[in-house]
Amino acid sequence: MTTDKTAPHGAVLPEAPPEGERPLVELRGAGKSYGTVRALHGVDLAVHAGQVTCVLGDNGAGKSTLIKIISGLHQHTEGEFLVDGAPVRFTGPREALDRGIAAVYQDLATVPLMPVWRNFFLGSELTKGPWPVRRLDIARMKRTADEELRALGIVLDDLEQPVGTLSGGQRQCVAIARAVHFGARVLILDEPTAALGVKQSGVVLKYIAAARDRGLGVVLITHNPHHAYLVGDHFSVLRLGTSELSAARSEVSLEELTHHMAGGAELAALKHELAQVRGVDVEELPDAADVADAAPAPGEGNG
Amino acid sequence: MTQQAAPAADTEPAPDGRPGGGPGARRSPVLRLLARPEVGVLLGALAVLVFFLLTAPSVRQGSSMATVLYQSSTIGIMALPVALLMIGGEFDLSAGVAVITSALTASMLSYQLTLNVWTGVVVALVVSLAVGAFNGWMLVKTGLPSFLVTLGTFLILQGVNLAVTKLVTGNVATDDISDMDGFDQAKALFASSFDVGGVQVKITVVWWLVFAALATWVLLRTKYGNWIFAVGGDKDSARAVGVPVAFTKISLFMLVGFGAWFVGMHQLFSFNTVQSGEGVGNELIYIAAAVIGGCLLTGGYGSAVGPVFGAFMFGMVNQGIVYAGWNPDWFRAFLGVMLLGAVLINLWVHRTATRR
Repeated sequence: MTTDKTAPHGAVLPEAPPEGERPLVELRGAGKSYGTVRALHGVDLAVHAGQVTCVLGDNGAGKSTLIKIISGLHQHTEGEFLVDGAPVRFTGPREALDRGIAAVYQDLATVPLMPVWRNFFLGSELTKGPWPVRRLDIARMKRTADEELRALGIVLDDLEQPVGTLSGGQRQCVAIARAVHFGARVLILDEPTAALGVKQSGVVLKYIAAARDRGLGVVLITHNPHHAYLVGDHFSVLRLGTSELSAARSEVSLEELTHHMAGGAELAALKHELAQVRGVDVEELPDAADVADAAPAPGEGNG
Repeated sequence: MTQQAAPAADTEPAPDGRPGGGPGARRSPVLRLLARPEVGVLLGALAVLVFFLLTAPSVRQGSSMATVLYQSSTIGIMALPVALLMIGGEFDLSAGVAVITSALTASMLSYQLTLNVWTGVVVALVVSLAVGAFNGWMLVKTGLPSFLVTLGTFLILQGVNLAVTKLVTGNVATDDISDMDGFDQAKALFASSFDVGGVQVKITVVWWLVFAALATWVLLRTKYGNWIFAVGGDKDSARAVGVPVAFTKISLFMLVGFGAWFVGMHQLFSFNTVQSGEGVGNELIYIAAAVIGGCLLTGGYGSAVGPVFGAFMFGMVNQGIVYAGWNPDWFRAFLGVMLLGAVLINLWVHRTATRR
């Protein structure tokens, strides 16, 4: 784990890269306009390997636009978008995937009626045989899917069952395991816990921690500061399409984060929720050392 | 066969979790079998077959069965690409008249320019594929529902079929091309019969089964098949993981074009001439055969085997009514009942099998 200490001025400037390590993905003053509507402007963001960068914001703050730019679904109209230090402009998600940037969407990006293993390899199917009789290598795909899911601690007995029959948390985890398997270096998670209960959210957050400890750069999009604070290393808060706060974990407390997310009136209610989340979920989540030990094996109890 | 060596990555199995936990629990074999899209229609086809074997004694003769199979094959060959397209989330209302468009193109081109019929056959293939590509391209570019796009094509083709035929031949049918160069060759390919134990079987039956086997293999064992399920199931998800959605959709429409060409050629070379007003209404028969065959109208689910049985049910009922000596006017009513029954059974089976 590299919870690196960054420069003390981090609250104002984009996070300074640790010595010699440049961010995998970086946005500098990036923005996006749809016609005359400015959905996003002047956003700075840096994603480092082995770190979770949280992007918080209320509905309509520009979170979705931000990840659509990074994942190649949309193109930015202002500012710079750099991958490995070089400016890029993706024409589609395939291109982003080829650069190791994978997005797991709110609506899960799985096809509900298709079996788990077909979903796992969708778009990147393994084949065997020469062209006219080139066919899916089903045995290998099933085995690989099973291994990868188990490595993240997800055990499914029947990979033939349609993904639609899995629970929301499990579907999310299948999508995460798939992205990890296909060499994602940067994993973008769009509201992975939004539709889930507290317990299921804990399960998903655990896999996010597991993915981070495998050295991936994770971008976690959420409107829930409590979830973000449980796994995040760096926090950006978006409001009305622009950056309101950008701070490393050491520079911001959960209270401050919550305060930035919500106005004073809502704060009391959120505090109550916060106490609950902490009470229920903190023990459910692995510590740093815990995950490092148990990363390949399914860890302790999940839902 | 180039069987690839087992990958070296086959290490010891991952440390075991808790098997049988959660919704991953294994479903019973009966439920898994019922979850197959073609099981319901297989039972339906058997029921219809047994029913007519009992009520219409003449169905038991080999020649009657050959007729039933022939009837089924002319529907079945088109029902296959229509089913794949439906699994891919779209449907094609122009499929019925596209068959006639293809036949008219081959017939008139060969006759008017006195060319070898093969020239007409090849040009007709190009035209059919182009119509399919147009449908697909319009759909992908505009994002309109396939119902509207292909309804437009349906009307256009229907009008063009009649108008151009009258313009060129001065008649509603094309001229007889049976004495032209290459006719016998083409007839051997598209419309011949062969003898099986004293029963004349049409070659379309063979083509039908070959295409069905091919479609099944493509659907279940290839990348492209995986994409078909994905674009029909959830095209936004499919696009997000890198499936070429536009290519898949357009090629599926072109596949329907290919089917229309093949059936069109069969009609041309078995009847020597083409009636320009035919084909209207057949598109719904193809769609019905696919739906009876267990394909979900909304896409993402189905098989290529199911529509084979679906088409067989059509052929069986169509001929069975005649053999049973009933008034053939009842045919469509019978079909409607079958369609509704099949849809309800599929719905029930699907819900039972995928219930958590």
